[in-house]
Amino acid sequence: MPVKAPSDQVTYLEAISRALRDAMREDPSVFLLGQDVAAYGGAFKVTAGMLEDFGPERVMNTPISESGAIGVAVGAALLGRRPVVEMQFADFISCGFNQIVNVAAKMFWRTGRPVPLVIRCPAGGGAGAGAFHSQCVEAWFLHTPGLKVVAPAFPRDAYWLLRAAIRDPDPVLYFEHKQLYRRVKAPASAVFDAGGGSDGRDGHGAGGGGAAGPPPRIGQAATLREGEHVTVISYGWTAHHALEAAEKVAAEGISVEVLDLRTLAPLDEEAVLRAARKTGRVLIAHEACLSGGFGGELAARIAEKAFEHLDAPVRRLAYPDIPVPYHRALEAACLPSAEKIAQVVRELRGW
Amino acid sequence: MRPGEAAAPDRDFVLRMHRTMLRIRIAEEQIADLVEAGEVKCPCHLYIGQEGIAAGACAALRRNDYVWGGHRSHGHYLAKGGDMKGMMAEVFGKATGCSSGRGGSMHLFAPEVGILGTVPLVAATIPLAVGSALASKVSGDGKVSVSFFGDGATEEGHFHESVNLAAVYKLPVLFVCENNFYSSHLGLLERRAADNIFKAGEAHGVPGLAIDGNDAIGVHRAAEEAVRRARRGEGPTLLECRTYRWRGHVGPSWDTDVGVKRKDELKDWLPKDPVARSASWLLERGVAKAALDALEREVRAEVEEAVAFARASPYPGEEELCTHVFHGENGGA
Repeated sequence: MPVKAPSDQVTYLEAISRALRDAMREDPSVFLLGQDVAAYGGAFKVTAGMLEDFGPERVMNTPISESGAIGVAVGAALLGRRPVVEMQFADFISCGFNQIVNVAAKMFWRTGRPVPLVIRCPAGGGAGAGAFHSQCVEAWFLHTPGLKVVAPAFPRDAYWLLRAAIRDPDPVLYFEHKQLYRRVKAPASAVFDAGGGSDGRDGHGAGGGGAAGPPPRIGQAATLREGEHVTVISYGWTAHHALEAAEKVAAEGISVEVLDLRTLAPLDEEAVLRAARKTGRVLIAHEACLSGGFGGELAARIAEKAFEHLDAPVRRLAYPDIPVPYHRALEAACLPSAEKIAQVVRELRGW
Repeated sequence: MRPGEAAAPDRDFVLRMHRTMLRIRIAEEQIADLVEAGEVKCPCHLYIGQEGIAAGACAALRRNDYVWGGHRSHGHYLAKGGDMKGMMAEVFGKATGCSSGRGGSMHLFAPEVGILGTVPLVAATIPLAVGSALASKVSGDGKVSVSFFGDGATEEGHFHESVNLAAVYKLPVLFVCENNFYSSHLGLLERRAADNIFKAGEAHGVPGLAIDGNDAIGVHRAAEEAVRRARRGEGPTLLECRTYRWRGHVGPSWDTDVGVKRKDELKDWLPKDPVARSASWLLERGVAKAALDALEREVRAEVEEAVAFARASPYPGEEELCTHVFHGENGGA
């Protein structure tokens, strides 16, 4: 079973797990498939106990055949089922790439038939797991029209964006950062609140989604912190670093606006441009590699559409263009951090 | 093939295979202890219990033949002649490791003895072995390529695509499936309708043979015949070597994570220990117990020396981070 947070606290992992259960209870067409998702409960135990609750026809093991599993899911989705496929690690999605970018992504455009498919991708580094178990590969799919890409950072977003992804008629790639699984918690009342209650953010830890209100939808960014001097745009684990960095530099008199994208495709461009115009100084931070990373796209859009508001060049902080090194010290040298973000914020402030 | 016709194996030859298996066993038991002690943090997929396959198959190869492996490849690396210190340092993530500390346990590389690499994406190196065999055929260098992979890999499309290509091009490649009956935590018949991996060869027009993977002598005999076919230009062979993984999918545990059924099976497989089996064979043929004990002490000393070397070695420096991304000029890392 998933590691239980004390009292009424819900971990990011539990929020994902609960979203799957609630979706399966609500809609009998939802089913899970992936390597070891049944009795074993998935590589990170997200699906633990679901075999017992929903039976083998709805919680299906697949062989280690990503291409096959995703292909089967696309076929089932075309016939009105709602499969949720688990990759053991986001990195392994490369083996099923063709089914995603050439089959699923183009199906609706070609045939007019929706493909309500969700692929869950445990992503990201920080565990010393080396080059094949640590990557942030979202950019591979951001270049493919027809795919939706979400990357929640907080339990409330994790829950509601997965619910939304499963209901969505299009293929959705759902990136869940492994460092958030057990580290990030929030009160259950805030996480599962469908609207009206507290915002559940609990300092930096929980809800995302801005002020209290309706649950987040796909395509909506969230302002995590209001600020005047510099804007940091981020998502996933890096959004937590951005908040920490904002706290750090606040003591030095620098006021930072933090925007969590939450969905990368379709992009909440309006929120991005609003946040950029507000301070005129923008840093985009993500764990994915620099070149071809989403930061480049955001910087280009800001340059194209908010140029007259800028007081400094748009900066990017990303993973260097190298495979993830195995040794922890080397990996740490590459990962974004609060300190690295704070440093660029100071530079932007001084521009 | 008719094994009854094979010549009786030479005692010194079997002793060498026995030594290879001991090196794998003792090195991995040491790695298991280091992982348990928390000194090694790398995910390590242990080969303990399967040593007969690497030892037997690699004994049929020349030093410059090629070997490809996956995430569970300490055994392939050592059996093909990879350096013990280089492997241990790699597991420690040190600059002196066989991949300069950039890879870890699942990324072993020793081109000087034909180990062109292990990649932990299951089945990922099967087509690469076909590619190296194609290069050998084109250059006429007479080398054979061997692809080691597990039973799980035969469920990947890569496997079938690769066997087909090797067959249609008649390439000098040997597909060695190590069927340990588990793919991560799923048993063979939870993933496929029939226990018939060797027949996949026939489906692709390639001879397929199921053999006892815990019998190094038998594996060697089958591999030798397959290698001979390959060198004669008669194309690939698929060997399904049936064995059992003693430890967990990853890490040192005795696989308690998989539950009671699995533990019951392990009990049946422990007496089929390939290392004990070759030791008995040697003792029955007059090799002194004292000689085997001395061999074991010698291997233990080698492993201890390798661990000491790994501990004393430096970590790769940060200045190395961007220096191996491209062979030519580095991009903007």
